[in-house]
Amino acid sequence: MIRNPYMPQEAEILKIFQETDINYTFRLKTDLKVKSGQFLEVSIPRIGEAPISVSDFGDGYLDLTIRKVGRVTQALHNLQPGDKFFIRGPYGNGFPIDKLKDRRLIVAAGGTGLAPVKSLINQYYNDSLEIKSLQLLAGFKSPGDILFSSELEKWSKKFPVEITVDRGSENWKGRVGLVTKLVADLDISEVENTMVIVVGPPLMMKFTTQEFVKKKISIGNIYLSFERKMSCGIGKCGHCKIDDTYVCLEGPVFEYSKAIQLLD
Amino acid sequence: MGYKIYREKFADLFHELRASYEIYAPVTKKDKGMYSDTDLITYDKVESFTEIVFDKKTFFSPKEIVFPIRQTLFYFTEDSVLEPTKLEKDIVIFARACDINSFRSLDAIFLQNGPYEDPYYKKLRQRVKFILLPCDGFENCYCACLGTNITDNYSAYVDVRDDAVYCKVKDAYWKGLWSKYGEESEVEPRYVSKNENTFEIPQKINNSIFEHQMWSEYTNRCTGCGRCTVVCPTCTCFTVHDIRYDDNSKYGERRRVWASCQIDGFTEMAGGHGYRHKQGERTRFRVLHKISDFKKRFGFQMCVGCGRCEDACQEYISLKNCIHKISEIMAEEEKV
Ligand SMILES: Cc1cc2nc3c(=O)[nH]c(=O)nc-3n(C[C@H](O)[C@H](O)[C@H](O)COP(=O)(O)OP(=O)(O)OC[C@H]3O[C@@H](n4cnc5c(N)ncnc54)[C@H](O)[C@@H]3O)c2cc1C
Ligand code: FES
Repeated sequence: MIRNPYMPQEAEILKIFQETDINYTFRLKTDLKVKSGQFLEVSIPRIGEAPISVSDFGDGYLDLTIRKVGRVTQALHNLQPGDKFFIRGPYGNGFPIDKLKDRRLIVAAGGTGLAPVKSLINQYYNDSLEIKSLQLLAGFKSPGDILFSSELEKWSKKFPVEITVDRGSENWKGRVGLVTKLVADLDISEVENTMVIVVGPPLMMKFTTQEFVKKKISIGNIYLSFERKMSCGIGKCGHCKIDDTYVCLEGPVFEYSKAIQLLD
Repeated sequence: MGYKIYREKFADLFHELRASYEIYAPVTKKDKGMYSDTDLITYDKVESFTEIVFDKKTFFSPKEIVFPIRQTLFYFTEDSVLEPTKLEKDIVIFARACDINSFRSLDAIFLQNGPYEDPYYKKLRQRVKFILLPCDGFENCYCACLGTNITDNYSAYVDVRDDAVYCKVKDAYWKGLWSKYGEESEVEPRYVSKNENTFEIPQKINNSIFEHQMWSEYTNRCTGCGRCTVVCPTCTCFTVHDIRYDDNSKYGERRRVWASCQIDGFTEMAGGHGYRHKQGERTRFRVLHKISDFKKRFGFQMCVGCGRCEDACQEYISLKNCIHKISEIMAEEEKV
């Protein structure tokens, strides 16, 4: 009997952290070995399956930060610690850790795009990522949409963290404007030695990347994480295909020089 | 080894074959055609040799036999996830060279693409033996332009002429059966060597084609019905859905269902964001997959030139005309 790659494994919810009104982080008990930037297919029998990025991981657990938008994500949000749901994976390539080594890294994240890079940032925070420096630029719709607030707070004590929101509120004292503006205002030293990761909604990625290019960052030094409709995660269903590339197999992380060749 | 077998004898041979195999072949379904009062020629399980239609192209391809329109991946009970276990007989498919060649494309996606083999496909596929049919070509075909007019991948070849059936048997396991009913004879498969439609498949397609105005014509003509992908022998896209049974909501299934890049929702994600909203863009995506993208990945063309997409299109959109147009545009670019 050949192994069935569609067969999901049951995993128990250890903890649930509320991030915002509609984003919750689920900590699962599992020994699955994952890399930053990879994703799982998450499912609830009789409801459905959805691709979700691994937002963090450690000994015996991994985190998924899930936004409530439809059938599966809604059903997941009804679960409690001790309940179980199904996972299979990990899938995708993840971030190119070897290419980041000893470089300066700038991460630009939009909204839930912060989830797939969170584990990478935490590795740096915990001194287990060998890079020279890290700077985080994060944009959210409004102050109420800010993810991982306590981590952002913690990180900002160790390295530069800039947060901006599209729309402020009465109590918001921080920046208002798009992530692209944060990039425009950057003063990047050692341009050749700087690597960039951009993750977020399609338009945010497009304009943010262009802004970095204006800053003379080489297109070979910029990485993007793509989001596409996916129905299998293993190169069979065809939904994620662009040109001769399958986002679930060769991505979701692409070097920008490759990404600009991938025309929809 | 070649054989000549009289029709009545071949019916007996067929009967014996049917005891060990499920046999699929082109058949006629009365009044089920695309237009009123027309018959549908399609693949189906056959019980007798006389049901088989030897002189017409099927509307649907044989891919359904190994990649069902709707396929259960798992059965869910209250606390378990079960794989379907039904064991069936081996399968024999009567097919022309183009259709046998289309299985190479199916194999590439289901067995080679990515790190895993698709177990549902493999289970059906490994049971398949082909009986090759001769072909003289049909309307809208262009297999010879793609080299899919010939194949070596068959267990036997069967050519029904007048009162006898001329066969060639390659599968050692079948030689005994054939020699029991027929007399030895020189038989070689008959293939199409030149189609009515002959043109060059472009070797290299530049990204400039993405912006070309040629696609706007398809935005105007294509209605996005998806028939072209349904009848295509090499389209393999699917979507996975879960269902719960109406009579007991604790039970249900995870299924895959054929999907089409021509139909709304193929790329749509949560939040309503999607790609390729215009039908022209979807046509471009389909056409380039068939004659370029797939080849870059697997080294051979996905399209087998059967022309079914054109046969099925109610707007008379022709893949061969589209390919021809791309060739001209690329040749024009070369000159500049
Ligand atoms: C690689 C990858 C990583 C991801 N990582 C994360 C992550 O870390 N966290 C996270 O929250 N999400 C992530 N996503 C997105 C997540 O997969 C989707 O939000 C999820 O699939 C939604 O599933 P659902 O069943 O809840 O929603 P569905 O019920 O499928 O749909 C949700 C909404 O989307 C719209 N929609 C969906 N399909 C269609 C359609 N066919 N036609 C029209 N509208 C449609 C509808 O408005 C619907 O209300 C990731 C996606 C990918 C590809
Ligand atoms: S998600 Fe199915 S092929 Fe990539």
